[in-house]
Amino acid sequence: MIKFYQTGTFTVGNRLLAEDQRSVQADMHRTNSLNSGHRACQGCGEALGARYAIDAAMVATGNQLIAVNATGCLEVFSTPYPETSWQIPWIHSLFGNAAAVATGVAAAQRALGRNNVRVIAQGGDGGTTDIGFGCLSGMFERNDDVLYICYDNEAYMNTGVQRSSATPPAARTATTPAVGPSPGNVFGTGKYVPRIAMAHRISYVATASVSNLRDLERKVKYAMGIHGARYIHIFVPCPLGWGSASEDTIKIARLAVETGLFPLFEAQDGEVTASTPIRHKVPVTEYLKLQKRYAHLFGNPPDVGRIARIQMMADRNIDEFGLLQ
Amino acid sequence: MDKPYAITLDVGSSLANKTGAWRTKRPVYLDRLPPCNNACPAGENIQGWLYHAESGDYEAAWRALTEDNPLPAIMGRVCYHPCESSCNRGKVDEPVGINSVERFLGDEALKRGWKFYPPKTESGKRVLIVGAGPSGLSAAYHLRRFGHSVKIVEAGPLAGGMMRFGIPKYRLPRDVLDGEVQRILDLGVELELNCKVSNILDTMKAGHFDAAFLAVGAHIAKRAYIPAGEAAHMLDAVSVLRSMEGEEKPMLGRRVVVYGGGNTAPDVARTAKRLGAIEAIIVYRRTREKMPAHDFEIEEALQEGVLIKWLSTIKNMANEGTLTVETMALDATGFPQPTGEFETLEADSLVLALGQDVDLSLLDGVPALDIKDGAVQVGRNMMTGHAGIFAGGDMVPSERTVTVGVGHGKKAARHIDAWLSGNTYAPAPKHELATFDMLNLWYFSDAPKTMRPLLELARRTSTFEEVVGGLTEDNALFEARRCLSCGNCFECDNCYGMCPDNAVIKLEPGKRFEFNFDYCKGCGICVSECPCGAIKMVPETN
Repeated sequence: MIKFYQTGTFTVGNRLLAEDQRSVQADMHRTNSLNSGHRACQGCGEALGARYAIDAAMVATGNQLIAVNATGCLEVFSTPYPETSWQIPWIHSLFGNAAAVATGVAAAQRALGRNNVRVIAQGGDGGTTDIGFGCLSGMFERNDDVLYICYDNEAYMNTGVQRSSATPPAARTATTPAVGPSPGNVFGTGKYVPRIAMAHRISYVATASVSNLRDLERKVKYAMGIHGARYIHIFVPCPLGWGSASEDTIKIARLAVETGLFPLFEAQDGEVTASTPIRHKVPVTEYLKLQKRYAHLFGNPPDVGRIARIQMMADRNIDEFGLLQ
Repeated sequence: MDKPYAITLDVGSSLANKTGAWRTKRPVYLDRLPPCNNACPAGENIQGWLYHAESGDYEAAWRALTEDNPLPAIMGRVCYHPCESSCNRGKVDEPVGINSVERFLGDEALKRGWKFYPPKTESGKRVLIVGAGPSGLSAAYHLRRFGHSVKIVEAGPLAGGMMRFGIPKYRLPRDVLDGEVQRILDLGVELELNCKVSNILDTMKAGHFDAAFLAVGAHIAKRAYIPAGEAAHMLDAVSVLRSMEGEEKPMLGRRVVVYGGGNTAPDVARTAKRLGAIEAIIVYRRTREKMPAHDFEIEEALQEGVLIKWLSTIKNMANEGTLTVETMALDATGFPQPTGEFETLEADSLVLALGQDVDLSLLDGVPALDIKDGAVQVGRNMMTGHAGIFAGGDMVPSERTVTVGVGHGKKAARHIDAWLSGNTYAPAPKHELATFDMLNLWYFSDAPKTMRPLLELARRTSTFEEVVGGLTEDNALFEARRCLSCGNCFECDNCYGMCPDNAVIKLEPGKRFEFNFDYCKGCGICVSECPCGAIKMVPETN
């Protein structure tokens, strides 16, 4: 346990801590797996989340890592042929088969006798919860030695902000316009893949957020320390798709956690084993108001009914995962 | 062609893609002025020395502190710490205990025997300082460090001025005072005691001084006309507190009344208690809100059993020690007006604590001086109307505190130094203020202030032991680490870690960061996630 330091443990680095207690991102010599010059928008949460996760995995595996990337923003903005921002062995699959390709890469490493080389598959929520869902479920049930990371920005951003099965209720997308009697995405739709992953009883499932770096790094490192199928679902705000200010990316991710809308937890073999408590609980309006995709909730008069339903979702998460301790 | 099937181009890095061209605004690192530094009358770089204290490097902290103020152990006891009143942390939980950390550093320096570094070169100039109080000592220290030869001439028998003859021992133990004075003298400052300067121009001429700094203080007690019987025992606060330093303690009796509402009044009343008075009563003509004495002094006095009669004036004192007191009422403008209601108080002695005047006799015959309301007027450079004669401390118009005096000494020293070489000293422009709204408090954990231990009441009212204790190393470190580092980078790595474009370059420890504008897209995450407001966005000009 770290004693009181000037900044607590909440900043990226801390000069008062011993080197080995600092975050990977504080290191002057971090891998920078996803390097400068990528074409992600200003303030991209996914670019940040991917660097956080892969840099941590590189440390955990001693740089013996191959990443398989589904089609999506992350692939498009990082690797327009022939340039790439990736500074690790990296392969692009189709939109829907990253989990299956990763299974193959892992099998190939095993066949070559490279037992120390580890494999990560990664994609956005579209490539994970919709298009790649069959391959993902197969990878889970076969317990292939792959960590699958989903960077969840809650819609198909690369193609112009279409709804995915990870789009939250009431959010406006190109395919769920804010018009009519139930504006935005419809309540009662969508799926929560972390729970589905747990239903496969795989060894490790976790959620993480770009706003909570140390928590994220700890989970990735833990996942790379074990074998079998593993899944981490990372919350990554999208300024373009959500209609938020580019400088608010971390703040919005933080509010998603602090409202209870995005619970941070870990599960092993199908059971929730730990959750990250909320430090200062805030009402969901604080989170919603910063995003134009929810602007229709705050008209004159405000849509108090839908806001209350979103608040109920947050409160349910708080109960379910014990987020207030 | 040895490329694989269907591959026609070499693999390239995205570094070829200079995304900095997208930017319309750019982040800029800056140092803002923390409110504590802004409020410090001695101009200390408080945030700067706390930074060193946080890492446990107390000597570096003490050296950074003493760049501006050579008396930290004294400051940590007698300063009214306006820094803490303005501390941004006060809006979160409680202000950082700057004063107690300062005292810890000062005590640590005395304990470990840390010394000031002597000047590297000698200027050959001679400066005379009149008065060995806080202002004179501060000026001596800074002038000596500039390489000038400095002589202090002091009228009293010991150095310290009002720190010795005005502030009681239970607030400032004399070994602490002596230790910090001696360290200044050890720099090679000459001190002559028991020598009253009667004519400054003669003394300067006789000693071949190139400039003089006057800081004689305000030692003459103000009197009020109170009709009294011949045998009535009436004294003034200045002489009571001064005689506490001598062999003969003042005879105050069992019932003591102190008249006045400044900081001296509780000092005298508390001293009377310690000398054995059963009753010590402060009589003040206005209300507690209007009282100039600081709250904590009143609070500590009340805890020790001192009584205070508000809204009262003393009309006369009869021979047998009976005081006639008239009740006052505040008028619409807040000024006390008599009500015609009288009562009597029994007192063995009455001590007047009605303020002090300056003895300006040493300036007789000096041309071109401007003296108003008993104080010497000085310019922005602390120089009097007479070229080469500077003045500071209680003898110039200002708030009369030790810290203000120390600040005057430093400021005057800088101007004297420039004046001696025919230049003028231009202070660096102040940075913009780091206000509360510039901080990102998420990154700071909750941590309430560490209180200094108070001496038990029984011991407080019977002895002159120091009332307020010091912090231990553990809690001084904790206290220092409560600093939010307002407006100044403390290398938390947030900008470096949270840039989605790797456009922040981390330099070696202590050298902070740089932006790589080839790739910075100007998203502004670094600015909004900087805990201390040390980055700002500015528009791109082209």
